Amino acid sequence: MRDKLRVGSAPHIHSGEAASKVMWAVFFSLVPSGIAGVFIFGISAVKVILVSVVTCVVTEALIQKLNHKKITVSDGSAALTGLLLAYNLSSHVPFWIPLIGGIFAIAVCKHTFGGLGANIFNPALAARAFLLASWPKHMTDFVRPFNLDGLSSATPLAVLKEAKLQSVEAMGLSYTDLFLGNRGGCLGEVCVLALVLGAVYLLWRGYIWYHAPVGFILTASVLSMLFSQQGFLKGDFFFSILTGGLILGAFFMATDYVTTPMTKKGQLIFGIGCGVLTFVIRRFGGYPEGVSYSILMMNAATPLIDRWVKPRRYGAKVSGLTGKRV
Amino acid sequence: MLKLREHKELTRDKAIRKAALPEKVTIPLSQHIGKICQPLVKVGDSVKTGELIATLDEKVVFSPVHSSVSGKVIAIDDMPHPLLGRAKAVVIVSDGLDEKIKEQSLSSSQIEQLTPHDIRKIIFDCGIVGMGGAAFPTHIKLSPPKQLDSFILNAAECEPFLTSDERLMLEKTDQILMAVDLMVKCTGVKNVFIAIEDNKPEAIKAFEKRVQGTGYRVQLLKSGYPQGGEKQIISSVLKREVPAGKLPFDVGAVVNNVATAYALYEAVYLGKSLYERVVTVTGDCLSNPQNLLVRIGTTINDLIAECGPLQKEPERIVFGGPMMGLTQYSLHTPVIKNTGGVIFLSEKEIHPPDEAFCLRCGRCVESCPLGLAPCLIGLAVEKKKWDLAKSYGALECMECGSCSYVCPQRRNIVQEIKYAKQRIPQ
Repeated sequence: MRDKLRVGSAPHIHSGEAASKVMWAVFFSLVPSGIAGVFIFGISAVKVILVSVVTCVVTEALIQKLNHKKITVSDGSAALTGLLLAYNLSSHVPFWIPLIGGIFAIAVCKHTFGGLGANIFNPALAARAFLLASWPKHMTDFVRPFNLDGLSSATPLAVLKEAKLQSVEAMGLSYTDLFLGNRGGCLGEVCVLALVLGAVYLLWRGYIWYHAPVGFILTASVLSMLFSQQGFLKGDFFFSILTGGLILGAFFMATDYVTTPMTKKGQLIFGIGCGVLTFVIRRFGGYPEGVSYSILMMNAATPLIDRWVKPRRYGAKVSGLTGKRV
Repeated sequence: MLKLREHKELTRDKAIRKAALPEKVTIPLSQHIGKICQPLVKVGDSVKTGELIATLDEKVVFSPVHSSVSGKVIAIDDMPHPLLGRAKAVVIVSDGLDEKIKEQSLSSSQIEQLTPHDIRKIIFDCGIVGMGGAAFPTHIKLSPPKQLDSFILNAAECEPFLTSDERLMLEKTDQILMAVDLMVKCTGVKNVFIAIEDNKPEAIKAFEKRVQGTGYRVQLLKSGYPQGGEKQIISSVLKREVPAGKLPFDVGAVVNNVATAYALYEAVYLGKSLYERVVTVTGDCLSNPQNLLVRIGTTINDLIAECGPLQKEPERIVFGGPMMGLTQYSLHTPVIKNTGGVIFLSEKEIHPPDEAFCLRCGRCVESCPLGLAPCLIGLAVEKKKWDLAKSYGALECMECGSCSYVCPQRRNIVQEIKYAKQRIPQ
């Protein structure tokens, strides 16, 4: 045995968790929803997902290569961004939409800020906002589920917005349809069942905390119920949860490590803020759906939340005499 | 609190075994918090086991040092030291006879008559320090400047791998309680808690049986890391918190570790100074991990001889627990008074930090038992913003390592905070 031993600083053991492990876990927990999307909207959904993921990964590798940085695409964060971006698109979009979106997400929303860990906004959502502002027609052209002719269909939220039909039944849908994804919408957001499966896995592994999603979903749904178009307390609690991108956004984007607050309490506030904004946009705004904008706005508020919400320090505010908390 | 893989099963059921007398011991003159002792012996002197070899003639914080073997002093020089890198030590070659100085054991009735002052004197003379890791001189800890109300025997042993305290609790239950009696007498407290983590059911049973009728309470703690930290155990047992920069005294509490209690028993009842202790020698590299009773000054080489042969090349050899312990660079590093464990960790256990940038995921924030934001301190340190690091609570950190343990980017946060502590202007 050598006499000069290696030294290193404590702690000498580690939980074994790694950011790349978390990223890939989130990626795979989203796979069921993607499969459901392909099943519901057909093979065009595969095209959108592939273009988006490959674009994001290639863009990240290129940028890191050009900057002479270590290429870190194997950590899964670029692939995850690509997947989330695709899930926020209609399966009907032309191929260049996910292409441009992917480049924008990685190049502008992530690497101009300094790469993973330094971006302020969720890259996938920021790219979606950019696409929606640039090509609104493509971005809101949703197809009817199980429809091979590519006939357009409005999303339930859009129908509600235009106040044509007020109830799920009137739309010819049931809660089961909404839960399983038999409705128009973005390709990764429609199948609530698949999303919940993935979310349960992430919660069980401890990769995400429940605070932001629960705060988000409850706030948005309770507010929608209380102050609906039909009057006070007349809204549909479950409709607001099961439609739009609420479940996708709450569990997979309002829990992003980088762009959300650091504390559980902060994440709860983040979630509630998202919920309020989502409700306001859905109810009063120009768009039928507000999940992605609400998350982006709360992303901007994250540094502020982190500044205000700190964990209680041990020994702070205790009685000097007894050491009891006051 | 963190749930760690315990690895205690390696040595948990192994009774304490007396190690063979080492041929040579390296006894550092600084094995305590406080001023380093001056040697009383010269090269060439003969010493006996338990003989005082270094002390100070000043009224400062220190604890005297005793010889752990009988034999001849061959050197007084800078030698490897488990905490300080290198420090002055007395090297003694054993004559193999283990001839002891006359140890004055006291009868129970004599002990009854000891005043707190007498007890503290014996504790000081025998060189007792906190053996749980801090090595704070025990006679000072037992001289509270004000009236205290609670004594906690820290029997949590929350670090993975270590079982030396647990074995002592099982094998020396009565002696430990006799030492608790003495410490209670010194501090005049009303409430006595024996705080044990619930992952040590046998020790709990042993103590619960013995404390009946004494008024002492066995307090179960949820097992988790860092349950045994002084601040942590005070808040778990007493629901009190020690304000930043204050001591347990300030909230009326005094905490002592199991191994310290046993050493104190030996000192007062048997007149034995602190020259040997129980060390858990363990890790996945050793073929025969054990709880060893070893002489102070026994080197890593001797421990390998006792517990080896090595199955694998150790990647790191750690003194203390794997969360807070320090790695050693030399096989000649000796066991000192606060060495509760020596762990031979292979590559499999070590996760070298792979400094990636902070994601601000907050895992460290939620894991910090003191409610700090470790990642922010780390980021402030990287930018050399010492004031900012201080405002985030760098000076309050107890270096338990929870933040680095959970960090998904494997950032070396504790190391950064330790660095900050040295750089922040006082």
